Amino acid sequence: MANARTRLRRGEGLAGWLFTAPVIVILGLFLLVPVLMAAWVSLSDWTGRGSPFAAGVNFIGVDNYREILGGGGLAERDFGISLKNNFWYVILVVPLQTIVALGLALLVNKRVLRGRGFFRTAFYFPSVTSSVAITVLWLFLFSGSGAVNAVLSWVGINGPDWFNDPAGIFHFGATSGPSALTSGTVLGVSWWDWLGGPSVAMTAFVILAVFTTGGTFMLLFLAALQNLSGEVQEAAEMDGANAAQRFFRVTLPQLRPTLFTVITLGLIGCWQVFDQIYTGTQGQPGKTTLTPAYLSYTSAFDSNEWGRGAAIAFILFAIIIVFTLVQRWVLAERKVSRRRMRWIEDARDASARIGGTR
Amino acid sequence: MSAVIDRPGRRRGLRTRFGGGVVYLLLAALAVIYIFPFLIDVATSFKTEAEAASSPLSLIPQNWTTAAYERLFLHSDFPVWFRNTAVVTVFVTAGRVFFDSLAGYALARLRFRGRGVVFGALIAVMAVPNVVLLIPKFLVINQLGIFDSYVGLIVPLLVDAAGVFIMKNFFESIPVSVEEQARIDGAGTFRVFWSVVLPMARPALVTIIILSFQGSWNELAHFIVAAQDPQLTTLTKGVAQLASGQLSQGSQYPIKLAAGAIMTIPVAIMFFIFQRRIMNSSSGAVKE
Repeated sequence: MANARTRLRRGEGLAGWLFTAPVIVILGLFLLVPVLMAAWVSLSDWTGRGSPFAAGVNFIGVDNYREILGGGGLAERDFGISLKNNFWYVILVVPLQTIVALGLALLVNKRVLRGRGFFRTAFYFPSVTSSVAITVLWLFLFSGSGAVNAVLSWVGINGPDWFNDPAGIFHFGATSGPSALTSGTVLGVSWWDWLGGPSVAMTAFVILAVFTTGGTFMLLFLAALQNLSGEVQEAAEMDGANAAQRFFRVTLPQLRPTLFTVITLGLIGCWQVFDQIYTGTQGQPGKTTLTPAYLSYTSAFDSNEWGRGAAIAFILFAIIIVFTLVQRWVLAERKVSRRRMRWIEDARDASARIGGTR
Repeated sequence: MSAVIDRPGRRRGLRTRFGGGVVYLLLAALAVIYIFPFLIDVATSFKTEAEAASSPLSLIPQNWTTAAYERLFLHSDFPVWFRNTAVVTVFVTAGRVFFDSLAGYALARLRFRGRGVVFGALIAVMAVPNVVLLIPKFLVINQLGIFDSYVGLIVPLLVDAAGVFIMKNFFESIPVSVEEQARIDGAGTFRVFWSVVLPMARPALVTIIILSFQGSWNELAHFIVAAQDPQLTTLTKGVAQLASGQLSQGSQYPIKLAAGAIMTIPVAIMFFIFQRRIMNSSSGAVKE
């Protein structure tokens, strides 16, 4: 009997490795090995011809990184611009999509709501369609004589030629800034340009992102809302808390974990904008929709600067990690304030008491 | 006593009814914003180019024409793109269903040395952003000599760490007793997995099918770096190049929007079939 069991266990060990082998091999081959290879390429002067391990390829240390982060040339400037573009994209998209997602979830979460399924479907549908198809649609809607401008003209607004307008939205039409802002530069981009915000073209992509991801994150919030106890809500209501108080002091603190997930996923996703740029603008107009992900791609595949492209990819990776960690620190370190927590506990106690007397 | 409770109650009732109207109005407006663009897409694909530019908002074409669809299907590579995407999607979905559940089962149930390491590595892998892998993936695909082949398009997508996770979690949630019975009856490990465990895993498998289908149908970046041959162009890559003007001249919005509409149909069908499941399994529904 004992013999049979050890035989069974030994078989299990072998089976375990056999069962996981396909996953290990494929992920190893197309995830782990590539990252290591790219790490080498980012430290080399490989031009894309032949193997990066061939004899003619030289180790050049961190030259590729130095060129991007402080070379003073076009490489640095392009990277600076792409960083500026994507930075504003993140700053706008992450809060907006979170608010829209939460708003949609609250709206469709009502227990007595006719057509609840219909509304959920309508809001979620953009999330399942391909980014390419949606971008094509966006190019049409936001073209100079497109649907969006037609709607804007109803209220007397003369809409811009969205995807051909490189003007920064916070420049408010000004074409040149004060010398105090235009003289100093960071990563080859002047302060004036950094502060100018996303271009009108990039703003159209911001709206696209909010439109497509709102539904995805709405589902996460919905799941969380449905797990909240109705008792606490009722108790707060009994205590005379109005809708705003109930939302900010009872619902929102309890949604904190989901909020954390949504913002993290949003940050990670927003730093990787690629499909929309490849399909829509290729970084134009005036490089104002260039993103690090797209720049990494064109550096390697179009300009044959493979080392530079790989280096940009690694810097992007680092940026994503840093942003995620900062966000984690800001959101998770500070617990719900004690006063609010007591409020929730009181409400819970009250509801329990009411439940007990019934 | 009752009067005190009564008054706020009545007021609340009134406010709720009023609030309800506002909520419906808001929802209706939002629904229009979310649905209208897709209606415009379909309507414009049946318009002439001139009409698409002159009346971008109308939902009924004045001169109804199927010219865009004729061009796409009869005079372009669109059918080839469609075929390639279909082939890749079928293989990738089948592969993920099988390999993800196999690995998920092993990680959930089989005790073997190194299981913790494999599991940890899987978590680490999930943290690597996709876009960072663009150049690296090309390097390996090129090095292995599978650039410009179906193998290069399919194999790198054949497993996904998130899917293994979902399956592992599912297998951990079902009772062990059934498997033990089958084992005592002398069934081998694979036999137990294949004929006893897998049939019980239908809900999780459906989740994997939805995610893989949608993921591979909509994938773009991998197809850009894995092939160059026009005969191996997929829908996303082909339509993206069509949109960016690499394959056409002028705006040609009816054709581009028709292409976008057709490539949306399969995922839309998938979505409506499994709608209820998608809406309920929100943890797995995050777009990659």
